[in-house]
Amino acid sequence: MLAERPITPSTLSRKDLPWQIKWDINTCTKCGRCTSVCPVNAIELGVFRKRDIKAPMGLSAKPTTEFSTFYGIRQRTDPAYACIGCAMCNMVCPNNAIEPQRQDDSTTLQFQNNRGGQSRTRGGRRNNSESLLDQIKFIRISMLTDPALDAGRHEFEIRTLLGRVLSPENEIKCFHENGWKPPVREIYPLVIGGMSFGALSPNMWEGLQMGVAYLNEEMNMPVRMCTGEGGCPPRLLRSRFIKYVILQIASGYFGWDEIIHAIPEMKEDPCAIEIKYGQGAKPGDGGLLMWHKVNNLIAAIRGVPKGVSLPSPPTHQTKYSIEEAVAKMIQSMSMAWGFRVPVYPKISASSTSLAVLNNLVRNPYAAGLAIDGEDGGTGAAYNVSMNHMGHPIASNLRDCYKALCVAGAQNEIPLIAGGGIGKHGNLAANAAALIMLGASMVQIGKYVMQAGAGCLGSEKDRCNVCNIGVCPKGITSQDPRIYRRLDPEKVAERVVDFYLSFDTELRKVFAPLGRSTSLPIGMSDALGISDKDVADRLDIKYVI
Amino acid sequence: MCRLFALTSREPVSPMLAIDALNVMKEGHDGSGVGLFLSGLGGPFEELKGHPILSGIFTDAGLKRVYEYMAERGHRAQYSAMFKPETVPPVGTPKRGTYASLAYKMSDEWRALPKAEQDRALVQMRLDLRAEGEESGEIMVFSLWPDTIMIKEVGDPMAIGEYLKLDREELHARHILAQGRQNTNYAINLYACHPFFIEGISTMTNGENTAFIPIKEYLQSRGVTGYQGYQSDSEVFTHIAHFATKKLGLDISSYKHVITPMNDEEMAGHPDREFLSNLKKSCRKLIIDGPNCVIGCLPDGSMFMAQDRKKLRPGVVGGDPKKGIFAFSSEICGLNAAIPDRDKTQDFQPMHLDTAIVGPDCREVLKCSQKDPLRLQR
Ligand code: SF4
Ligand code: SF4
Repeated sequence: MLAERPITPSTLSRKDLPWQIKWDINTCTKCGRCTSVCPVNAIELGVFRKRDIKAPMGLSAKPTTEFSTFYGIRQRTDPAYACIGCAMCNMVCPNNAIEPQRQDDSTTLQFQNNRGGQSRTRGGRRNNSESLLDQIKFIRISMLTDPALDAGRHEFEIRTLLGRVLSPENEIKCFHENGWKPPVREIYPLVIGGMSFGALSPNMWEGLQMGVAYLNEEMNMPVRMCTGEGGCPPRLLRSRFIKYVILQIASGYFGWDEIIHAIPEMKEDPCAIEIKYGQGAKPGDGGLLMWHKVNNLIAAIRGVPKGVSLPSPPTHQTKYSIEEAVAKMIQSMSMAWGFRVPVYPKISASSTSLAVLNNLVRNPYAAGLAIDGEDGGTGAAYNVSMNHMGHPIASNLRDCYKALCVAGAQNEIPLIAGGGIGKHGNLAANAAALIMLGASMVQIGKYVMQAGAGCLGSEKDRCNVCNIGVCPKGITSQDPRIYRRLDPEKVAERVVDFYLSFDTELRKVFAPLGRSTSLPIGMSDALGISDKDVADRLDIKYVI
Repeated sequence: MCRLFALTSREPVSPMLAIDALNVMKEGHDGSGVGLFLSGLGGPFEELKGHPILSGIFTDAGLKRVYEYMAERGHRAQYSAMFKPETVPPVGTPKRGTYASLAYKMSDEWRALPKAEQDRALVQMRLDLRAEGEESGEIMVFSLWPDTIMIKEVGDPMAIGEYLKLDREELHARHILAQGRQNTNYAINLYACHPFFIEGISTMTNGENTAFIPIKEYLQSRGVTGYQGYQSDSEVFTHIAHFATKKLGLDISSYKHVITPMNDEEMAGHPDREFLSNLKKSCRKLIIDGPNCVIGCLPDGSMFMAQDRKKLRPGVVGGDPKKGIFAFSSEICGLNAAIPDRDKTQDFQPMHLDTAIVGPDCREVLKCSQKDPLRLQR
């Protein structure tokens, strides 16, 4: 720091930053790659001046002072340019001469994050590393009367139903009377949740779509992916691949125009329509597509001017109340495709989830309910929303499932759970736990970014700059110079890889429980946890 | 693993025939209990065909309470088959009181009700008595239904058979389900002992039902009186059979389509594919996922056996059409013991798609495959 540098209340030392750059002068080749790749310009080339005092032997010779300059890397301490720990610098450094290091005791930046009266917004995840789902154990292992199944050799049918399923009585009646039956899709129980075209880069989106198509057409796994709000590229809408896609419409109606125009030309029906009322990571708030990312393409698809921020507003004039919205929107969306496509709402898990569910149970067109817990999050939102709003998924889902049991509708309205699944990489275990708590299927977003594209974000506020268009991996950037780093083919490969390993792991859970032909939805006697309160709340076994 | 044995015959036979068969299969069970379902009764009950029979175990006070309870509602006992053992019970069997089967002439009001109402009222009465008994410990009721007797006890089947003198003529029956062993997964409880019974339908099972909790929750939410209790994880098999036949009006050959539906490939060329795939979806919650064998008896006296493909050792059906006697057994040795001189080449082991049915006339084993066109649904 220069001697004359002013020290103001918001001046930070390097020590105050949560991520600090360790740079090794001896191995650095001064190639400059690190500074050019740093997404937030946290490091810059620096010229350093060094004074050397040479004291010769003997009494007569006087010490001399020598000055030298050398070049190196300087970490900026301006909060706007604070290092985010992404380690891109390390990735490009030929000699590993540079790397970020986490300093957990450095908290000062947290108080300086809001500048110019602006609250901090960021992309990514809830900065909380606990996971209740990880604590759940599967305790009901078939050992007693029959040996457990062979996960490798038994035939498994890992499928679930999306859509309103009639009760057996009504089903038989409807069959005999040839009546209208709500559409039902048989799909894979792990759905890629809504991440919009706009939030994700074109390469990421394309990679996901390719992965999904491959899984469907080559691996016989009916995987579905939700578009998120923000529309869908016109070519995809008119292609046969649209049947693998769940189209989302949300409060902003972004991209909906494009979809409506494509309806007459669609070769296939989409898998389903998801009406988004809320996202778990930012409940009551919705996504925030910041101006950095609204380029020509995004502007065109969404039907908005280029370069303006696009918050998805929580409500729209057409959504007067949840009752009305559920009734009206579900009906009109169903109507748009001649009642051939399941339509369901997605809400943030909240204390009113049960009320929404109650509305759906009585609505013959409602095809399901997606509940999104607090823990998810891929897109941008305010810090405070992401970290402090929302309801955990496990108990919310459990309440909803139990309400369905009371109403006798547990096979009729599928519950789709999301939020924090695979947060620590335990995707299959978390998904299986949620299924046994009552979910018909689960949806993931963040995991796909992490596993499919190597997202650098973490629960420790690492990276998480998805909102400002500089995503170092090219996942959430709309800048072609950045997103061309991401090879869509490779993303597709990774997506296929993790789906296949998920499938194997799921069998490894289901087989010992003796399940192979139907998903263990609501099989709560298989679950145990070592926390008494949680066990009571979720109505599962308490085991220590 | 439980051992199952069922007999269906044109002429009433002694339940000891079934107990003997269980005894032959003894190696495979621990002799911890026995349950018997008898219908198509011979002997004195034959004359009382339409009269509901209450069967259970009662203390003297309990019996008195039952008489009171029934009298209050205007039902009079017509005939009682009572047995109060005087001898020392076999090892492990508690001394309980009177094992009774009481045939009732029901009140005029009851008889004026439509059939469905009558049935519901019988179930309710049984549940009320059971609830009362569970409080006081004086009454244990296993069934209240015309032409049906149920006996359950803890202990070795053979010893129990002798102790309770099951050879008595009043217990001779045309259709007998017998199972050896108490339930495994839960505490010893007579109600948890197979076979289970509801409205004329009785089934028993061996194997495992891993889907117990979701199925139980589903059945309980159907609003059917009598879908309760669930002391054993296989009690749901009986209720599914009840639900499928009585509530959905399906033929018993469709039972297997409900508990273990075919996968897509198997269903592909089926003439009733649409119906079946819809049925599979809407009855998804009733899919039993686990190795098991189910043997059951329907109100008309037909008997069936179905098993999951994961069942390692399937049960077998065989018999003598000329004599009009067939047996369903979880082990071939049981069958050999009960009907030794049958034509063994005609024995049938229903495999993963099959249901074996023997009609009340005991003429043949009907082999239904899930791949067959559906039989006419009732
Ligand atoms: S870790 Fe990332 S943000 Fe930090 S200096 Fe390196 S490249 Fe820049
Ligand atoms: S790598 Fe990209 S997507 Fe992942 S946290 Fe960083 S900016 Fe966000």
